[in-house]
Amino acid sequence: MKTGRTIPQAKRILSNRLMWAACLGATTIAVLVLSALLITIAIEGTGALSWSFLTSFASRKPAQAGIIAPLMGSIWVCAICAIVAIPVGIGTAIYLEEYARRSRIKSLIQLNISNLSGVPSIVYGILALVAFVRFFGIRSADDAWTFGNAESIFYLQIPFGPSVIAGGLTLALVVLPIMIISSQEALRSVPQSLRQAALALGSTQWQVVWHVTLPAALPTIMTGAILSMSRAIGEAAPLLVIGGFLLVFQTPANLMSDFTVLPLQIYNWAGRPQSDFHKIAAAAIIVQLVVLLAFNTIAIIIRQKLQRPLQS
Amino acid sequence: MTSIAARTAAEISQRGRIRSAAFHGLFEGSIKVILIALTLLSVLTTVVIIAVLVKESIGFFTMADHPEISLWSFFTGTEWSPLLGAKPLFGVLPLISGTLLVTAIAGIFAMPVGLLTAVFLSEYASPRTRSILKSVLEVLAGVPTVVYGFFALTFITPYLLQPLSSSFGTYNAMGAGIAVGIMILPIVCSLSEDALRAVPQSLRDGAYALGATKFDVTAKVVIPAGLSGVVAAFLLALTRAIGETMIVALAAGGLAQLTVNPSQQVQTMTAYMVQIFLGDAPAAGVEYRSSYAVAFTLFLITFIMTWTGAIILKRYREEYE
Repeated sequence: MKTGRTIPQAKRILSNRLMWAACLGATTIAVLVLSALLITIAIEGTGALSWSFLTSFASRKPAQAGIIAPLMGSIWVCAICAIVAIPVGIGTAIYLEEYARRSRIKSLIQLNISNLSGVPSIVYGILALVAFVRFFGIRSADDAWTFGNAESIFYLQIPFGPSVIAGGLTLALVVLPIMIISSQEALRSVPQSLRQAALALGSTQWQVVWHVTLPAALPTIMTGAILSMSRAIGEAAPLLVIGGFLLVFQTPANLMSDFTVLPLQIYNWAGRPQSDFHKIAAAAIIVQLVVLLAFNTIAIIIRQKLQRPLQS
Repeated sequence: MTSIAARTAAEISQRGRIRSAAFHGLFEGSIKVILIALTLLSVLTTVVIIAVLVKESIGFFTMADHPEISLWSFFTGTEWSPLLGAKPLFGVLPLISGTLLVTAIAGIFAMPVGLLTAVFLSEYASPRTRSILKSVLEVLAGVPTVVYGFFALTFITPYLLQPLSSSFGTYNAMGAGIAVGIMILPIVCSLSEDALRAVPQSLRDGAYALGATKFDVTAKVVIPAGLSGVVAAFLLALTRAIGETMIVALAAGGLAQLTVNPSQQVQTMTAYMVQIFLGDAPAAGVEYRSSYAVAFTLFLITFIMTWTGAIILKRYREEYE
């Protein structure tokens, strides 16, 4: 049309149909890939799945191996990650959306956060190795500051070494940018009129945030938090760098315990040449996917049940 | 929607304690300080990442017993063999080419498929089909990357690639690249779809009124109007592909070589770091320290790419109000 040429009608109809076919074909590919993935894993893995698989420790013999250590490790690490990343992420989002004025510094911080979300997770692993595991070399592991005794659940040493708490903090670094960005979007979607009404009633700025903005944005924030946690529970690379152990024969007892997580255990088994190990890797993947599916379902339920329309 | 505001006003009045202005000033002030401190944590993260990578990389380039290592030899060297041979060689080009090969394969698969799926979702699909497909994509997006690595090893390479040509080994760039492509597909797709849906309906209606077909509308109106968002989506997805670790560590092999042959095994920057941190190389040794220089290179590449994406989004966004 732009070129002023008349395109014959038959050709236009053909191009229209081809476009439709191409779009449908591409979408089919996405669906086929997901089906192939799930079918492969189901065929390989279901045979190895059993109660004893869930409750045993790793073993040299694939038939006796289980995933209790990585399963508990994943839960510990993910809980620490949630305790740190969710409040820090929401706090940062509140500052940027509700407090900070438009300025060069604010837009720099914003740019910095979007850059952080693009940093490969393995690079966070290096940061965590130097900062958390070795504490910048200020104190050596043999000469660590120690709090509490080794049997207590409150036992803590600095530097952390490759422990549960180092792993949790590492994952918190990885998901923090995602958490901040999703909370910001949630706060931004709260209508300005609500804030103005509360301010008109004489609320202070924090009262507006605490009683009006946060409750209104909470369902969306929680959805973002759950999606961040499902990212955290699938991460392996940064934990591999800080020395998440590949073979652990105990479940974590306190923040200083050695740990492994499900994705690391899957990596360990999938990387071996014997097909028996591939079978238990697939079984571990099924467990991992079930956990993720549970996370996603909770997110969808929260989104549907709690989200009331904010504009009449 | 009056409920929240009304309830809140009631709550505030019920609490009813009248506090002095000084209390409120102090309380509000300390909240603000706490929030600023939390915000500065993300700035601190960036500063510490850069400081650690710079310091450790300088340590690598100035090792007393390895005077042959320089910035020049690192960035122009075509051989990377830190563990084999009498004299370790640190030329990062094979690692960069391995990374780019895997990323290119992933991009060639994911960019067209992702964009066309996005077009299907935003222009063709009924609301019902769309919501089903969106949840399929959400599931794909949530799958841990180590699972895609497993998929490359147990399905893509033995059942798709090896029947095509016997030159494909157990570990090859093609299998890893396709798996990385599957991983970034949901990112390309959902971000491009956001960009396409942001194009106002009036533009489409205008084109239809002029007698345009759906193809004309999509290819000549909607995609050009949403182009900055689509390009930013591509860049973000490719950044994820470059930094992807577990897929390539499992499926791409462990041999750093300068090749564009996708049936060969390659080593990416991330896979080398995994090899070093999993192995028992001594922490003061030259191969251990080289991983920091590799990490710095990787960080720089991804940093430049995200920066470019942000600039494209900001500068070339078409605003319709």
